[in-house]
Amino acid sequence: MSFISYLISGISLGSIYAIIALGYTMVYGIAKMLNFAHGDIIMVGGYAVFTIGITCGMNKWIAMLVGVVVCTVLGIVIEKVAYKPLRGASSLAVLITAIGVSYLLQNLALLIFGSNPKSFTSVVSVPMIKLANGELTITGETIVTIIVCIIIMVVLTLFINKTKAGRAMLAVSEDKGAAQLMGVNVNGTIALTFAIGSALAAVAGILLCSAYPQIIPTTGAMPGIKAFTAAVFGGIGSIPGALIGGIILGVIESLGQAYISSQLADAIVFSVLIIVLLVKPTGIFGKKINEKV
Amino acid sequence: MKKLAKKISALLLAVVMIVACFAACGKNNSNATLKIGGIGPITGPAAVYGQAVKNAAELAVKEINAAGGINGMQVEFSWQDDEHDAEKAVTAYNTLKDWGMQILMGTVTSAPCTAVVASTKEDNMFQLTPSGSAVESIAADNAFRVCFSDPNQGIASAKYIGTNNLAKKVGVIYNSSDVYSTGIYNKFKAEAENQPFEIVAAEAFTDTTKTNFTTQLNKIKAAGAELLFLPIYYQEAALILTQANSMGFKPIFFGCDGLDGLLAVDNFDKALAEGVILLTPFAADATDEKTVKFVADYKAAYNNEVPNQFAADAYDAIYTIKAAAEKANINSNMSVSDICDAMKTAMTQITVTGLTGTITWTADGEASKDPKTVKIVDGAYKAM
Repeated sequence: MSFISYLISGISLGSIYAIIALGYTMVYGIAKMLNFAHGDIIMVGGYAVFTIGITCGMNKWIAMLVGVVVCTVLGIVIEKVAYKPLRGASSLAVLITAIGVSYLLQNLALLIFGSNPKSFTSVVSVPMIKLANGELTITGETIVTIIVCIIIMVVLTLFINKTKAGRAMLAVSEDKGAAQLMGVNVNGTIALTFAIGSALAAVAGILLCSAYPQIIPTTGAMPGIKAFTAAVFGGIGSIPGALIGGIILGVIESLGQAYISSQLADAIVFSVLIIVLLVKPTGIFGKKINEKV
Repeated sequence: MKKLAKKISALLLAVVMIVACFAACGKNNSNATLKIGGIGPITGPAAVYGQAVKNAAELAVKEINAAGGINGMQVEFSWQDDEHDAEKAVTAYNTLKDWGMQILMGTVTSAPCTAVVASTKEDNMFQLTPSGSAVESIAADNAFRVCFSDPNQGIASAKYIGTNNLAKKVGVIYNSSDVYSTGIYNKFKAEAENQPFEIVAAEAFTDTTKTNFTTQLNKIKAAGAELLFLPIYYQEAALILTQANSMGFKPIFFGCDGLDGLLAVDNFDKALAEGVILLTPFAADATDEKTVKFVADYKAAYNNEVPNQFAADAYDAIYTIKAAAEKANINSNMSVSDICDAMKTAMTQITVTGLTGTITWTADGEASKDPKTVKIVDGAYKAM
């Protein structure tokens, strides 16, 4: 019985990693850059919802909507200000800029909200499910997170394969120069990618803060890195890879904590990553290049 | 018009300079000063501690200066941020040395303190940390502390649980990547062997796995623990309380001074903290005259914020420096090293009755005072 409860705890954590990883993998797949500020956009989303929903006491749906809008706008602005001027520069320069943006966001949050943690009130009102005489509990947050995660994955896949803007993304991801010659607006497409990625980050932020109800300026940093690991694990650029990678990572972390050592949880997670990359350097789903988005 | 503006601004500038000159002259003619430096995080994840120490220390300095200073010397206090980072703390220390610091009140957190102690030892600079609780934080003989050391807290906690028969089966969650938390846990574990209870599950987490505690809580629950010992900081404790509640696990929660701050977490459901017991040297709701005055002054000066135990430790630290400096008869002509030698001797001879109890010191720098236990009742600390 306890095995199942560890498993559920792992899936719950993993599906949050998965949503974050979806944003990472999208931006990487299309703009070919690692947006290390992604984790911090999650934090901004969390704070936005906290401020509107809890400090100002507005309706939670309005708060969530504002959170998503704030993050989307922030994503577009960051792309315009920090990444677009570097489009021709080496990928290392872009990477360093991304790390810089990440620290900028963290420290701005520190200035505005202070370092004291804020307790988040869950936005999920789905009741928890009790099984086996209450020995097993599945929280509403877990259920909602998993459902949201699957919906996002399906919608994203449909969007990319069926719509014009989505196909433009595919084209840009294949070959930026050729896409431009074919009349695709490359800058617009990349901006759209950032907008979608950041909106996903906001959703991830809301779910993360609901499941683990606390928010500090570094809230997004570690989940961001774990999700990046998950994206690499599943094959960076691959949408189903992000989902599977995230959930596997969460489950390994939870089972590792339970059965091997709670101290070594991260060591176990990252050893698995190293082994997977040694055996299959492109990650689990990385090989199917035409699925890269 | 432009010319006139220029003339006026030139005139203004001249006036300012003359005034500044007089101001400077005035200062030089008054009594000598004692320069005390402070180091601690006022940004970054541990900022809440550094900010409390800085606020309380500045409050104490203001009071001392208003009452005539130390041995007739006015105290100048300068603060440097270390962001809870050992390297930055050493840089901050060097900055303060350039400023002319004679005594160091700091640093606030353990790991940076351990790094700075190496430098103060080299310079033979007197150092008093309000809250650096790791054993190594005062490794050198020029360093003293106001707070309890980590081992002391671990031993005191185990004894308290044993003596008061709070539980037979105890679970622990500690942060294995944090020197404070592991320090307490190790001593707690050692002392537990002499006590009538058993540690049935000891689970760890690290700084990178501190969002999800459900696995650890499940294990501890399965082991049948009646009491959960949390030698950790309040940020994680707030999460643990929430997650334990949502899985229907309700043991007695017992923590150390790191849990102080729990009630200050924004939007935290205080009902979850009901019944939490913690060892802390200071309770802001105590009714003794000293505490009441300190809390009122602190609230008035800092936006109605209730001071935590870090603030109390810092306030005591400044008054300890005053007591030792008066005992040692420090004057501003003495070199940093002479001040240090005199202070070292004086520290073992003084007894300070401060906010955190009646404190005496041993030559190795440890403060000896009685731990206090408080319980959270109706969303506030109640002394036990």
